[in-house]
Amino acid sequence: MTMNQIPLVEVTDLKVYFKGSAGILKSRDIKAVDGVSFTISKGETLGIAGESGSGKSTLARSLIGINKPTSGSIAINGTQISSFKNSALRPIRKKLQMVFQDPYDSLDPRFTIFESISEGLQIRNLAKSEIKDEIANLLQTVKLPVSLASRYPKELSGGQRQRVAIARALATKPDLIICDEAVAALDVSVRAQILNLLQDIQQESGISYLFISHDLSTLRYISKNVAIMYAGKIVEIGSSDNVLTHPQHPYTKALISAVPNISGKRGTKIKSVGEPPDPANLPGGCAFNVRCHDVLPQCSIETPKLLLNLNDSKVACHATANNRNSDSSKGGELHV
Amino acid sequence: MSKNDKPISDFKNSFEEIESALESTNFRSRAWGSLKADKVAFASVAVVIFLILVAIFAPFFAPKDPLFQYIDGLSDVGAPQGLGRHFLLGADQSGRDVLSRLIYGARVSLTVGIVATALASFIGVMIGAVSGYLGGWVESFLMRLTDIVLAFPILLFCIALIAVTGPSTKNVVLVIAFAYWTYLARIIRSQVLSLKEREFVIAARSLGLTTPQIIRRHIIPHLIPTIIVYSTLGVATSILIEASLSFLGIGVPLPQASWGEMISEGQKYFQTAPWLLVAPGVTMIIAVLAFNLMGDWLTDLFDTSAMGVKR
Repeated sequence: MTMNQIPLVEVTDLKVYFKGSAGILKSRDIKAVDGVSFTISKGETLGIAGESGSGKSTLARSLIGINKPTSGSIAINGTQISSFKNSALRPIRKKLQMVFQDPYDSLDPRFTIFESISEGLQIRNLAKSEIKDEIANLLQTVKLPVSLASRYPKELSGGQRQRVAIARALATKPDLIICDEAVAALDVSVRAQILNLLQDIQQESGISYLFISHDLSTLRYISKNVAIMYAGKIVEIGSSDNVLTHPQHPYTKALISAVPNISGKRGTKIKSVGEPPDPANLPGGCAFNVRCHDVLPQCSIETPKLLLNLNDSKVACHATANNRNSDSSKGGELHV
Repeated sequence: MSKNDKPISDFKNSFEEIESALESTNFRSRAWGSLKADKVAFASVAVVIFLILVAIFAPFFAPKDPLFQYIDGLSDVGAPQGLGRHFLLGADQSGRDVLSRLIYGARVSLTVGIVATALASFIGVMIGAVSGYLGGWVESFLMRLTDIVLAFPILLFCIALIAVTGPSTKNVVLVIAFAYWTYLARIIRSQVLSLKEREFVIAARSLGLTTPQIIRRHIIPHLIPTIIVYSTLGVATSILIEASLSFLGIGVPLPQASWGEMISEGQKYFQTAPWLLVAPGVTMIIAVLAFNLMGDWLTDLFDTSAMGVKR
């Protein structure tokens, strides 16, 4: 990562809490996202992985302004957007676009493909003839025949719809596209096509992606950097090689060892026991301490900080920080 | 689906193709196409249009004055004349022409039915959409209000309101609208609640559309089928409520003709002059049935699952 340049997206200590109820008249914050920081540079892809309920989607939604952050800051090209009012946010919002999980729901069934994509164009104030040209271009970019423009979403396959959703997101000429489980609903061969398409677009236009997935192999394929989220916090972040091949955090190790291994080699299976914690009632200290196989006494008291590790990734774990001094190669034999 | 089979590499920038296809999905042509195919729908729409025309041009259609008591409308012993050349649908107990009264009665019934439903729909959609989209205490307040109105049996509520306001055509319309908006408000609210969480609405927000734009383009169009279908059925219900009120003697004041009032008066002489009951009864059945069937047709027409299917 370049240090002297302003990153495209800089998220600092972002917190998104929801009001939850804990009995009559008592309310308790549900900490969906709890102090998340990361940066994405131009032309880069950051992958985010984690269990359901770990706050991945809330993070994505708060970036595009659907969920209001409780505190923390989001900066796009150095401009703070988290404090903006909706109307002031609008021109900046087009810099961030989202491709959703369900291509069957993300396109308005009453709109033709032409109309859906032109919604993304309207913020650019194009003339009528330009709109047609631009839509034809966009459809070509996502490798769809122009004749599909007059169709309704119902007539398209899941993969085609997801291409339309990508075209619509591209219509605003965004700097970053957030893909929230964008390929999870597609079958494997179509998934590969869409991933390749996203990479092609990135190579041509230098766009950045925030790629949310629970599928580690997808993340390894598409992202340069990977962040692992647990209970609203990033527990490990770094280059995808480091994080996915040499995981440091016990949770990352557990996630990776849960992926079936095609080579048939059985490494040490690391299991995490129990369920993900209730976000309204997180355990004290490190939220993972109740499931961790490597738990220390301080884990339930003190929340570990994200600290730079030996191999340039950041890990939030007391045990890893302690082990670093004695044995740093632990967990190195795990593969995705 | 032959166009779908084109190889993906076939990038022809054929804008004519886009334009012609956009035109073929034109709503009006689709409506006309389905109307031609569906005979029941065609008949119901024809009846509704006919009834509306008759109501508007009542003086032109009515053969006689609906309020005038014709001396030859009664026999020598004072019984109403039956169906015949002078009185096509007979005369009533006062010697007035039943057909003419039916035609003028259509004015009252349809006006009450359509205006009351339009008013009720407007109130219902506004309250439902606002409470659904805004949520919070606004929603709580409006929905509790809806519950309170809904707690009264609709006819009893109307009777109570008429007792306060006094019977007149205007009051009948207002009372029906005031009692009837709750149903639509509830339906609209629940639809808006689920619509605003749909991914295409969130996508529209992230594309930078304003809230009024989103409501106009992505929320309301999805509500229109519900509104139209429910309103069409509401017209039928309003006609029935008006008839009930008139039947109870607190609807449209005498001597103005309305279908409910005619049935109410006619049932007294049912054994000697059955046409006094049958004529307005059958007319009302036809009208209510036509509005209901038209509602069915509109349901099919607006059904999203049929969107884009070539007929």
